[in-house]
Amino acid sequence: MNMVDLIAQQPLLAALVALGGLAIVFGGILGFAAVKFRVEGDPIVERIDALLPQTQCGQCGYPGCRPYAEAIANGDIINKCPPGGQATINALADLLDVPAPELDGEAVEVKKVAFIREAECIGCTKCIQACPVDAILGAAKQMHTVIASECTGCDLCVEPCPVDCIEMRPVAQTLADWKWDVPAPLGERLKGLRSADLIATDRPRATTGKDRAA
Amino acid sequence: MQDIAVILLSAVLVNNFVLVQFLGLCPFMGVSNKLETAIGMGSATTFVLTLAAISSYLVNNFILIPLGLEYLKTIAFILVIAVVVQFTKMFIEKSSPLLYRVLGVFLPLITTNCAVLGVALQNTAKNHGFLEASLYGFGAAAGFSLVLVLFSAMRERLAVADVPVPFRGPAIALITAGMMSLAFMGFSGLA
Repeated sequence: MNMVDLIAQQPLLAALVALGGLAIVFGGILGFAAVKFRVEGDPIVERIDALLPQTQCGQCGYPGCRPYAEAIANGDIINKCPPGGQATINALADLLDVPAPELDGEAVEVKKVAFIREAECIGCTKCIQACPVDAILGAAKQMHTVIASECTGCDLCVEPCPVDCIEMRPVAQTLADWKWDVPAPLGERLKGLRSADLIATDRPRATTGKDRAA
Repeated sequence: MQDIAVILLSAVLVNNFVLVQFLGLCPFMGVSNKLETAIGMGSATTFVLTLAAISSYLVNNFILIPLGLEYLKTIAFILVIAVVVQFTKMFIEKSSPLLYRVLGVFLPLITTNCAVLGVALQNTAKNHGFLEASLYGFGAAAGFSLVLVLFSAMRERLAVADVPVPFRGPAIALITAGMMSLAFMGFSGLA
């Protein structure tokens, strides 16, 4: 009586051996595959890429967000992303555990959108091709216009325009998009304040020098 | 040769897994929002389903039947499918990063696609041989991809159509699927 017959005669044993054997074989295959087909991914690049705004605008000097993420992972500075603004820099600094620098270049205080002076537009479609977020509407030899709600204010359409009919206009603040100012970090608010100033009873009373000494 | 054509035709059109047997409805509704993802899901499923049909046939014929363990086929097939999916994912990730970017998200979803288990179980129920089993798997997957792509093309149109408010979203999608199903019933005349 050989092994297979022996196992086949015991239904319980047969089931255990068959399923257990299958599981072990498959586990072995997967384990082998995990070693054999290991991919040297760079998880930090993925995480940096996830924080970037994905406008692919190229203002950082790289051809898109992912190349910039790779550059950051290789030690580039993190303040080259105007569309992301200070929020992105802070998030990147938090992720990489480095101090958050100010945004590179002139600080974009006011949010701007592109505006096409439609009377001057010749319909060349060059700005449409330049726009990374498809916020410009129009067709060849038709006047173009900017979808203001989609525009990120990245400036990329200004330069290609052959008749210079695109200008960047600041967005007026409305009730719909007004927000409280983000409070300054605690350290800055306390700058110039002595700890004694925080507690009312510790403050020097505007009386005599004798009181203060006491 | 005629057998092959009959099996393929039957699996793709007459006994279409989604619209006639109502298997694999979850990815059918879930990934049909965009044509591009539908094509990705369709090709990933085709690949996995064919491979799963072949390997579950092998497991059934060379392990379960000799040991008299046909009653364990469901659990064994689930094991086989999970391994095939996982192995495919690893293999594609290594060999073709581009393909992995297209299919990557969908591969784990296929594990829970009941059409895959359905094909394996029907292959045993119908006593298919090796060639028939693999053809049936391929045909089922081709049918799945076909209706997924058709359906997603329709949903892309529906997204911009002026649908009455109560029917918007999943409601109109389900109604569309029902009408597609009715249309596919017409293919039963072929058999």
